[in-house]
Amino acid sequence: MDETDRSILELLVENARITDTDMATMLGIPEGEIRSRIDRLQKEKVIRKFTAVVDWERVGDGGVSAIIDLKVAPERDFGYDRVAERISRFRQVKSLRLVSGVYDLQLHVTGKTMKEVARFVAEQIAPIQNIRETATHIIMKTYKENGIPFHEREMAERLPITM
Amino acid sequence: MRGFISERAQRIPPSGIRKFFDLLLTMEEVISLGVGEPDFSTPWGVSEAGIYAIEQGHTSYTSNKGLLTLRELVSRNLKRRYKLQYDPHEEIIITSGVSEAVDIALRAVVDPMDEVLVAEPSYVAYSPCVTLAGGVPVPVRCMQADGFRLKADMLMEQITPRTKALMINFPNNPSGAVMRRQDLKEIADVIIDHDLLVISDEVYSELNYSGDHTSIASLDGMKERTITLNGFSKAYSMTGWRVGYLCAPAEICGAALKIHQYVMLCAPIMGQIAAIEALKNGEEDKNRMVREYRMRRNLFIAGLNRIGLSCHMPEGAFYAFPSVESTGLDDVLFAERLLAEKHVAVVPGSVFGEAGRDHIRCAYAVSREDLKEALERMEAFISA
Repeated sequence: MDETDRSILELLVENARITDTDMATMLGIPEGEIRSRIDRLQKEKVIRKFTAVVDWERVGDGGVSAIIDLKVAPERDFGYDRVAERISRFRQVKSLRLVSGVYDLQLHVTGKTMKEVARFVAEQIAPIQNIRETATHIIMKTYKENGIPFHEREMAERLPITM
Repeated sequence: MRGFISERAQRIPPSGIRKFFDLLLTMEEVISLGVGEPDFSTPWGVSEAGIYAIEQGHTSYTSNKGLLTLRELVSRNLKRRYKLQYDPHEEIIITSGVSEAVDIALRAVVDPMDEVLVAEPSYVAYSPCVTLAGGVPVPVRCMQADGFRLKADMLMEQITPRTKALMINFPNNPSGAVMRRQDLKEIADVIIDHDLLVISDEVYSELNYSGDHTSIASLDGMKERTITLNGFSKAYSMTGWRVGYLCAPAEICGAALKIHQYVMLCAPIMGQIAAIEALKNGEEDKNRMVREYRMRRNLFIAGLNRIGLSCHMPEGAFYAFPSVESTGLDDVLFAERLLAEKHVAVVPGSVFGEAGRDHIRCAYAVSREDLKEALERMEAFISA
């Protein structure tokens, strides 16, 4: 992992559809090298997937997202890993992290309705062994996702010509 | 009624691109490569510092020299980055942008009819400021063949007994040229031999893509005969905050301070407080912007050469300065027609002095998407 790998990753995170040709020109290396580096980064699972950042609110199908905090009693020999592994298998769980602080695991869950999310947490997550407490935070509005602001900002105007 | 306008003001030629500018304002869907400022907003942490300063009621004058904390940070930063030694108490003045620093530097040292050499192509303000200071601007050409670097022989040709100072700006607006240590040494030798002063506008010093910036004042025997000008506008995307600085030996600094205190009093305090934040915590933001400029440069220069506008690789600032000779059009006509026909604005090189003729200045401080679109339009224009 060198400076060039990092630059490639940053460019891809910013725009996964950027062409190899552009990256090669911008970084001053041959196109073939860009391809082989990306291949390697995928093999090494540094790059997990190319995907899109969607503003689901604009899709307008009334879907619901929530952040769920979980307090978990860690298991001898396994810590949080086995519980986390079970939880992560649910299709509804979009992300799952071990965090410091009052709670231990933090989930991002999506569903079609508020009721569906609530039932999922109550019936599928909460009963799992070792889970001591849950706290559900319904997402009301997304301001920024993956570094991309979702609200419209007034574009600052520059003078069209300055010396 | 008699004419009230001073001869001095009359001697300043009107802006070379007024007509062009007016046309531009009437047009739609223009991609402007004519903007000489960053397209990034000020890093938010820096803006927050400015906002907080206002909220806390920091809305007063500061000392003429500027906030001591800022001068101390500037001093430390110049030492760390460019090996310059300036005493924050006696040798640094915070100014309202480098623009003001250019003016007070010239007025501090220029006597009537003194000649000031201006390395061209150059930023448009230097020669008028020399005139306003009562001096006579004398262009020194930087040649395309030399990568628009200033060469000692070209400099010597223009030196007369009336020559007092040399005004330089590297990394350069409009050419993007950078002077390496060896290039500067050759200039410094001439300067010392002829007992001249250098006024060095280094506002693009952080936008250097080929290595570390060398400040001419850091060369042996040069500090005592250099006025170093720099600021926050380009490195930290802070053009609107109006914060720059002038560094010079105490005697010269003292003279410049007398002018500064009567014409400007001080730089705006909220800008100074924001600048403190920029120096304390702005490094990563600055580096991120510099990386982006470098990538845009590579993209744009490759594109220019591909469509047949030959362009040397600029090593600094955010300007490409390609030749339009191959098109058979002169730079003014090229720029006018490109704007009228393809709605792409560039600045004719002759605006920056004779040495810029047959070139156009394209600022790549615009998004990569716009750069690519501009290249497509330029290609269509050239092949039509």
